[in-house]
Amino acid sequence: MSNETLINKDGLRIDGRKLHELRPTKIEVGVLSNADGSAYIEQGKNKILAGIYGPKEVHPKHLERPDRAILRCRYHMAPFSVDERKSPAPSRREIEISKVIREALEPAVFLEYYPRTAIDLFIEVLQAHGGTRCASLTVASLALADGGIPMRDLTAACASGKVDGKLVLDLNDIEDKKGEADVPLAYMPNLDVITLLQMDGQLTIEEFTEAINLSLEGCKQLHVLQKEALKSKYISVREGVKE
Amino acid sequence: MPTFFERRQLVAPGDLLAEGNYFAGENTFKNEEKVYSTSIGLVEFQERRVFVVALKAFYVPRVEDIVIGGVIDVTIGGWIVDINSPYPALLRASDVMERSYRPQRNNLTSIFDIGDILIAKIVSYDRTRDPLLTVRESDLGKVTRGQIVEIVPSKIPRLIGKKGSMITTIKSETGCHIVIGQNGRVLVSGKTVENEQLAIMAIQKVEEESHTSGLTNRVAELLKERSGR
Repeated sequence: MSNETLINKDGLRIDGRKLHELRPTKIEVGVLSNADGSAYIEQGKNKILAGIYGPKEVHPKHLERPDRAILRCRYHMAPFSVDERKSPAPSRREIEISKVIREALEPAVFLEYYPRTAIDLFIEVLQAHGGTRCASLTVASLALADGGIPMRDLTAACASGKVDGKLVLDLNDIEDKKGEADVPLAYMPNLDVITLLQMDGQLTIEEFTEAINLSLEGCKQLHVLQKEALKSKYISVREGVKE
Repeated sequence: MPTFFERRQLVAPGDLLAEGNYFAGENTFKNEEKVYSTSIGLVEFQERRVFVVALKAFYVPRVEDIVIGGVIDVTIGGWIVDINSPYPALLRASDVMERSYRPQRNNLTSIFDIGDILIAKIVSYDRTRDPLLTVRESDLGKVTRGQIVEIVPSKIPRLIGKKGSMITTIKSETGCHIVIGQNGRVLVSGKTVENEQLAIMAIQKVEEESHTSGLTNRVAELLKERSGR
């Protein structure tokens, strides 16, 4: 394909990672005081903020459901999140990602507990460097949990794909664009349920199965980080008191 | 039939709490003999019942609850009150009027206007209809003085304490009159602003450190120390 290689002869990727290694990830919960719940993630060069409001009354009224709450989701990339200024208006791609994120989170939330209400979820990508839909999902599920919304499980999401003929975990922007395939996946580890599975590019059936397993492993690692981030907000208070 | 956490241990949504013959209490759910948490909170085991005291929650109305709300709209038949929950509450004009209520004769804004703060009780609520309030009982009605603190509704029981130990401590140490709304709003009225501020500080401390032990004693000490100055 291209003359530059994405994986060097030592088996390391362009950002120095091993094939099956996640990008360094930092998660913080409860970063916004005005939103009902919020979270922030840095995954490699990705920087994403999520905030939620609700449950609250639904406006416009015709969207209201008599038997459950509705989840509304907006995935948005800031104009300065990419190399060339991006128009702040929602693009076709952002609208689609908003939809898949919403549908990936809906199975996790007990929407039927709060009929006739709406939960509004806002995801703001401050800096994008590949795999933002997965990172957004990971951080959005934490924002919901931080808002006190009852959930079946935290949803973690992670992509895997094929780069230079090898299967790798958690693709960055360059690997995503120059690589052969990309398989984003969202997963609820405790319940063992997959809530998002997409594929871009070409893989054989064997490769695809292996990619899914790779993504699942990545999600499990992220899930551990998610739980730590959520609990650390309260553990620090408890430790402060004991001293 | 094992349990996977100790009492009062911090759990996250989706954490497996117990397996086997257990009942799923508040903030938990059961799936194929397994009880999971649905919220970030502290797990509790009572006999065979497993539940989680949520550290972050919003108020869901319950009949007979005393709530503190603000009037957000005046309609032909009554008032709409924000009670800090996903559903707005209704207060009917006929609840306040002595005799039959006629929209032509009575001006509702002269009784309660937008922005007024009310202490009210929920008389009816179900999933299909918005909660209905009453103010026709003693100690209910318009709030005329004091300050309001908002805390997470799920921490109200902690603020009250065992047999009211926590709230009695705060009341007696600060000399303030305190009304607790189950919706997370607490009205504090005292002789001086300083007293009120002291009580508010104590309430906020309870909220922040609700998941730690020995809190009542620490609050009492803090109040004694501050009021002694």
